[in-house]
Amino acid sequence: MAGMELVSDQGYRIDGRKPSELRRIRCNMGVFTQADGSAYIEQGNTKVLAAIYGPHEASNNMRNRVCLDRGFVNCEFSQATFSSAERKKRSRGDRKGRDISAHIKQTFEAAIRTSLYPRSQIDIYLQVLHSDGSLYCACVNAATLALIDAGIAMKDYVCACSASLTKGSSLIDINHVEELAGCAEFSASILPKLDQIIYSELNGRIHQDELGLLVDAVSTGCRDIFAVIDQFVRSRLAETASYFTHS
Amino acid sequence: MLKSKVLMVKTRSGKILKIVREHYLRDDIDNGLVGGKLDDHPPLQNDLVSLEHFLVVDTNVVLHQMDILEQPCIRNVIILQTVLHEVKHRSSPVYKRIKSLIENEDRNFFVFTNEHCIDTWSERAKGESSNDLNDRLIRIAAKYYNGCLKDRNQVAVLLTNDKANCSLAKKDGLNALTVEQYVKNIVGYPELLDKLAKVDESIEVDKSISYPEHLKLSQIQTGVKSGKFYQAKLNISRENYLEGKILCQDEEGKEILIQGRLNLNRAVHEDIVAVELLPKDQWSNPSGVVLDVTVQPGAEIKDEENSKQTVGVPTGKVVGIIKRNWRPYCGILESFGSPEMTRHLFTPAEKRIPRIRIETRQANTLIGQRIVVVIDSWPRFSKYPQGHFNEVLLLEHDVAHEPFSQGVLNCLPPTDWSIPNEELAVREDFRHLPICSVDPPGCTDIDDFGVHIADVSYFIRPGTPIDVEAATRGTTVYLCDNRIDMVPELLSSNLCSLRDDGDRLAFSCIWIMKPNAEIIKTRFCKSIIRSKASMTYAQAQMQIDDPTVNSPVAVGLRGLNTLAKILKKARIENGALSLASPEVRFHVDSETHDPIDLQNKELRDTNSMVEEFMLLANCSVAKHIQQEFPECAVLRRHPEPPQSNFDTFINAAKTRGLELNVESSLDLAKSLDKIEQHREGVHSYISTLLRILATRCMMQAVYFCSGLESDFKHYGLAASIYTHFTSPIRRYSDIMVHRLLAASIGADKTFSELLNKTEVQKVCKNLNFRHRMAQYAQRASVALHTQLFFRNKVVKESGYIIFVRKNAIQVLIPKYGLEGTVFL
Repeated sequence: MAGMELVSDQGYRIDGRKPSELRRIRCNMGVFTQADGSAYIEQGNTKVLAAIYGPHEASNNMRNRVCLDRGFVNCEFSQATFSSAERKKRSRGDRKGRDISAHIKQTFEAAIRTSLYPRSQIDIYLQVLHSDGSLYCACVNAATLALIDAGIAMKDYVCACSASLTKGSSLIDINHVEELAGCAEFSASILPKLDQIIYSELNGRIHQDELGLLVDAVSTGCRDIFAVIDQFVRSRLAETASYFTHS
Repeated sequence: MLKSKVLMVKTRSGKILKIVREHYLRDDIDNGLVGGKLDDHPPLQNDLVSLEHFLVVDTNVVLHQMDILEQPCIRNVIILQTVLHEVKHRSSPVYKRIKSLIENEDRNFFVFTNEHCIDTWSERAKGESSNDLNDRLIRIAAKYYNGCLKDRNQVAVLLTNDKANCSLAKKDGLNALTVEQYVKNIVGYPELLDKLAKVDESIEVDKSISYPEHLKLSQIQTGVKSGKFYQAKLNISRENYLEGKILCQDEEGKEILIQGRLNLNRAVHEDIVAVELLPKDQWSNPSGVVLDVTVQPGAEIKDEENSKQTVGVPTGKVVGIIKRNWRPYCGILESFGSPEMTRHLFTPAEKRIPRIRIETRQANTLIGQRIVVVIDSWPRFSKYPQGHFNEVLLLEHDVAHEPFSQGVLNCLPPTDWSIPNEELAVREDFRHLPICSVDPPGCTDIDDFGVHIADVSYFIRPGTPIDVEAATRGTTVYLCDNRIDMVPELLSSNLCSLRDDGDRLAFSCIWIMKPNAEIIKTRFCKSIIRSKASMTYAQAQMQIDDPTVNSPVAVGLRGLNTLAKILKKARIENGALSLASPEVRFHVDSETHDPIDLQNKELRDTNSMVEEFMLLANCSVAKHIQQEFPECAVLRRHPEPPQSNFDTFINAAKTRGLELNVESSLDLAKSLDKIEQHREGVHSYISTLLRILATRCMMQAVYFCSGLESDFKHYGLAASIYTHFTSPIRRYSDIMVHRLLAASIGADKTFSELLNKTEVQKVCKNLNFRHRMAQYAQRASVALHTQLFFRNKVVKESGYIIFVRKNAIQVLIPKYGLEGTVFL
């Protein structure tokens, strides 16, 4: 797919967005009753469910990871058979899954105030229903919402966004087609209010001069995502609070 | 802003994939009507449309009637995204042309992103084909524009050649016309009619010929897969336009001969064709007849009379055309028939292209001029392809000759520029060293001597207009009486010319060598030099030869000369070829520009001395940048020619009783040298002649990006790696090499395009094209001057026969470097 024109001369991407526009975000919290916290997010066609269990006492097979002074995060990622164009049975421990779960674990151990939960375990379960690019980012955003739903203390929201480069300009929130074009792909998770980058990942090669461009694009993208989910969380909170006042 | 989304489901053969894509519809898409390109009063008047109007064109109009759209009087055209996509998909040359039209600000071609506009999008109806959907989208967009334009008392006119689409559009209340209707009724531009491509099938049927039908693409594909058909590029013989061959891409690299009009079946030189082998009893041999319409109009030797030989080579017939490679052809209008007639035959200058039937009303003015014609189609019942007249030729070969734009000139340093102090600090100072330059006489762009090359990349910074312009031009074109520069004169003949009048910035490549020319150390640096003397080759030669001169320059030259001889010997032992070309140079009268005399290029020791060090510098630099930037080094490679290229060459030598070994470049060089040495019974010119012929067996040397190829060898020079470093003011490739080299020694910064292999390869591709075009232009210029030289002149000269054909001989006159066919 190399050589594909990602942005037309009129400035529109293949799906009709402008380079600095996100896909439509729709989200929901508390989608499962069983879990301590849960959320669902759609970023365009990338659809992810997240469930949180914990904090709880470390399960038997995790004993070796217990820390005396803080809690630890366990993340399990799985992708549905029907989530991509071709039906494909994916086992839980495949390479891509292990990578993503390791990255998410890293991200949230940096964001959750783990010192408040000594010797405990927090589970993040992620299930991808539909994958259309920027999978890691959608997972992080879903997990953030689920953690908020579970009431786990965090330093800040964690928002993640991806970006790519074509002809010297950046595209944010890239979808599957744009991923296939083979340009470098940069994703980062930031704490928007604290203005900190807690995770970043680059696939492919870019020139060092271009890195700044990508970081800028991604942080603007993250802030936009933050605005959307923050508004959602606040309205949900207002709604829930209204039940209490009426009763 | 994100209005809605539509799911599109596609299935592909084999596995079933469900592809779901988002499609955002927007309400903020610019339709160009307010303050944009379409905020205008279209001046073009048409008898069929009473109001001021904009044009909306459909895909087929763009694909087939590009010549009309390119006319400067056609302005204010709305190109829909739907159309642009389809064009891109169907034909990349047309896509490039339409894009350059859109970029041209004067023409007001506006692209409307209709598929993402909420007012002009429609989903595919059930059972609707994608073509029908596209047509419908075009109609919806035209209707939308009509609605928008109503208040301004203007209207959108849909141009389409599709009858069904036209009538549907009329039903929708649209102004729909065919291109022909529209063009015929334009007020004030009757000459546009000639540019109309022939599309209707109503062309008169030529009873004498009926070509077999071409197979469908799907049939061809299955045939190729099963091995029944062969797919390859058709290569028509230079001597006989009714005979061609293809080189199959299978392991054996088999050649298949295709003979005769019917077997060629409307394929034109360079088309990608599918060929089926004929049964063995119909195999034949290359005919050996010269058929050349440009010399003998009407010479039509009966097809395949001579094929009754017993054994033949694999022979086949064209069953289908996979990809046409038609381009505009240059040539003349044939003058038989009355000029009042509108149908004429056009004879291309390229002998391998068939004559083309065109329709024009300007035959009177066109006869005797060089014109350019485009092929539109080749129906089954027409002996010749149908085409239309494109333009009177001003400039072939696509050489950019316009003066440099102001933007480019603004990038130049002031004329009184001198070396700034910062540069003095970071560069090595070689001003105390005896450095001189050696160049041809009269040459103003002195940039070379051995190791100090003008530092052009200091003046041409990446991304500036001057850089973009130089990258497009690619090379300086040298014509007999003229030079078309790649960079403006101030750089090429002053600041970057290493003259002896002051300090210059240079890029130096410095070797430490043993007396036997073995390199101990190679070093590159940016430097400042002051040339002690700028000399011509002859002057330098005199300094070397005259033992009384003992200036530092002369002593230096002598030392270098000895080293150069050792280097040359080593190179030749490695198998470097020394080939000959019948190149001549004209002395041009400065007043009338008429050539007065001509001379073959002569070679002195100093020429080869300079050349030797240039080669050494190029090789050293190539090795270095390949090591430092294995992914993106700009290198030059000369592929080894396939053995079959040498067939005629070996046969030619055999007729003189000479044996040649062409297995490797070393073998070839050796056998050529052997012929030179042993002279008995062999004509003295034969070795030069063979060297000339050997040149024609060679492949083109090309620039490429090291990250995308694995074969780096330079066949002609017998070098394992090679690049161009020594002429940055006349070759853009050298500028790129300079930049890489500068980055590798920390003298300059890298930037993303320089390190991106696809970008580098794209530039290389353009450079290769420009170099080829420059060569053609140079050859054409020499040919023109040869013609001028022989005007009103009859000269007796001896020549050599180089080939004998059934009905003709080919003759070379070495004194004039002239080659021609003499019919018997």
